[in-house]
Amino acid sequence: MTKSQTMGLFFGVFALGLAVAAGGAQAAGECAQGKTLVEGKLTIATGNPAYYPWVVDDKPEDGKGFEAAVAYAVADRMGFAREDVVWTRSTFDEAIQPGAKNFDFNLQQYSITPEREQVVDFSVPYYSAAMAVLVRKPSVEAGARPELASLKALKWGVMAGTTAQPVVTEIIAPQSDPLLYDDNTNVTEAMKAGQIDAAIFDLPTALYLAAVVLDDGVVLGQFPADRADNPDQFGLLMPEGSALRTCVDEALEALKADGTLAAIEAEWLQEATGVPVIE
Amino acid sequence: MNRRQTYEARQRRRAVLIASVSTACTLAALILLVPLAPGWPRVQQSFFSADIFVRTFPRLLEAFLVDVAIFAWSAPMIALVGLIVALCRSTRAPGLFPLRLFAMLYVDIFRGVPVVLVIYLIGFGIPGLGLPRPWNSPYIWGTVALVLTYSAYVAEILRSGIESVHPSQRAAGISLGLSEGDVMRFVVLPQAVRRVVPANMNMLIALQKDVALLSFIGPVEILRQAGVFKSLLANFTPYVVAAVIFLAVTVPATRYADYLLNRERDARS
Amino acid sequence: MRAADERAGGPKLALSGVVKRFGQHTVLDGVDLDIARGEMVCLIGPSGSGKSTLLRCINLLEPVDEGFVRLDGVDISEPGLDPGPIRRRIGIVFQSFNLFPHMSALANVTLAPRRVLGLSAAEAEPAAEALFARFNLAQHMRKYPDQLSGGQQQRVAIIRALAMQPEVMLFDEITSALDPELVGEVLDVLRQLRADGMTMVIATHEMSFAREAADRVCFIDDGRIAEEGPPAAIFTAPRQERTRAFLRTVLR
Repeated sequence: MTKSQTMGLFFGVFALGLAVAAGGAQAAGECAQGKTLVEGKLTIATGNPAYYPWVVDDKPEDGKGFEAAVAYAVADRMGFAREDVVWTRSTFDEAIQPGAKNFDFNLQQYSITPEREQVVDFSVPYYSAAMAVLVRKPSVEAGARPELASLKALKWGVMAGTTAQPVVTEIIAPQSDPLLYDDNTNVTEAMKAGQIDAAIFDLPTALYLAAVVLDDGVVLGQFPADRADNPDQFGLLMPEGSALRTCVDEALEALKADGTLAAIEAEWLQEATGVPVIE
Repeated sequence: MNRRQTYEARQRRRAVLIASVSTACTLAALILLVPLAPGWPRVQQSFFSADIFVRTFPRLLEAFLVDVAIFAWSAPMIALVGLIVALCRSTRAPGLFPLRLFAMLYVDIFRGVPVVLVIYLIGFGIPGLGLPRPWNSPYIWGTVALVLTYSAYVAEILRSGIESVHPSQRAAGISLGLSEGDVMRFVVLPQAVRRVVPANMNMLIALQKDVALLSFIGPVEILRQAGVFKSLLANFTPYVVAAVIFLAVTVPATRYADYLLNRERDARS
Repeated sequence: MRAADERAGGPKLALSGVVKRFGQHTVLDGVDLDIARGEMVCLIGPSGSGKSTLLRCINLLEPVDEGFVRLDGVDISEPGLDPGPIRRRIGIVFQSFNLFPHMSALANVTLAPRRVLGLSAAEAEPAAEALFARFNLAQHMRKYPDQLSGGQQQRVAIIRALAMQPEVMLFDEITSALDPELVGEVLDVLRQLRADGMTMVIATHEMSFAREAADRVCFIDDGRIAEEGPPAAIFTAPRQERTRAFLRTVLR
């Protein structure tokens, strides 16, 4: 055996060893290996503050609330232990600005739209929300009914930049221009001040606000899912071109297939029976 | 032209040339170098999309009219309230001490509290007491909040102007038999107001930008509309459009104010 | 009222026992001074001796603490009296900052006639223009104060006071802030006023003017009138050592 042959054999064995080591990690089912912001950790962003029923008490780390529970379920399927999940907070702007992101995925009821998909990546949907109309009792007593003609006459408020806004401007097309607000709190404050009669939220949020935040809140009705081009579907938001996307999608599909997602939904999101559909 | 004038003209031409060349070099460097940065296509797509610029411009211009309207009716009210508060603070009569105290507290409080908080408090709070429509309009109470806050600043500026007028001017007016009120109106205030024009111009420019804060309580003005477009289109170009519209107004306005000030100064010296 | 005083034949202006304090500091310490109708009295004395304060007390710009100021025999120093109508009868010109810089010379002069006497512009302006013409300032009438020389400014200030047709004029070191070559034109105005029979009290450092033009000179020191008399007597044969010392320093 010549010297060079010896060397070749040595390198061959070394290379084989490396391949086995790598294969071993792959075999453990770690799809997310090397793809997360911090190796071995999954960094998840939510809103600041995060609202009920999506996150309970603004403490996503407790795993309570629909989105908090979904986040932990997805993390679990991707092979992250509970303690390997790191929470962070972000605004919508931080999520879509160019440049590096400070999260692996971000969930705060982001509706999936074609425009948004040009600059960020979305997972497959984890929830399909119906849009619902929130009013206060005086409006109902004044004759507001879940019919478009009746809704047009109301003074509308809506959270700016959400997919609820086109529902107001394009479907309801009210007689006076809607007022726009930064967050749920401001919308409900304006309702309390009598500056607006009605507002649009996704159904779970509307039910929560009617039951807890407003003394005399009423969910007047909900829009049928086929009202808009596609129903409002929430997706996990990721940086554009995220390598993690396939892993996240796989995890979500698995959660849907085995009924875990439906169970979480049943646990945290109220049954929306009895809310009339707006014709 | 004498020797000195020839020399100065040559110096001026040289200065202009140097300034032009250095400006051109800086601009060229920016235009040529920035696009070489690896992230440039992303940034360009997010902030300077020509397509989105064209699509959002008309609606944003329309929303800007809301800012202009709020500004137009706020500014005179601020001038009036600011003047009244400044006069209250400048009264000398001992019997008017409560007025002076009130004006002092008012100025301290409204200068110390963030504008946004005042807008929330008054914009949501007062209508929440149960005012009927249209008297609970966010336009009304948002304007009240802006007027209260800005009047405090303007009052302070005016007061400093009033105090900067030499005491002999007051003595001269009084000794002619003018009443205290006439001395203030014809002698002190005209001089005070002139002296604080630059400071008040800055307040006007700040006000024009702070009008956008009214969007927190509902009105859809240009920044809110830009934010809406930003969210719907997932693109920041609408903010650039808004900035361009703002600049189109503020830059000529400040230049015009400078021109007026210079003209007055030149006319009198 | 004037007729009554002329009958009485008393002084135009009479100060008796005037005391003025600023906090602990006594600035005027019992001043007695009678000024006859048409008399020109010059006040001389070191800086801080109380000359300015005395003038300001006569004009009611400062309230007196003790003593009386009488104009045509009427006590004008009574607390609570409306000073407006009295100030109208007593004009004053200061050392500096007299004119309102945001108004033309003409507007400076017509402001008080219009606001205080209630004249219209059409009524006030011809009278003001006549004054400008009389004091050779007609061509400067439309200018602003900062376009006028210091001497011209002081002359306009005098015209402004005269426009109220005062019975007494007070001058508080009106030439002290002027360049020397501008002093003469201002003093000429005072001479002209004297010829017209104006009653005047002049605080001044211009000793040669006081000597030549005054009917009487008062040397004020430490809040009192230390010595008074005809200028010839005061300047050539002062009786008080303090007066001599002061004159030595200023006439050196």
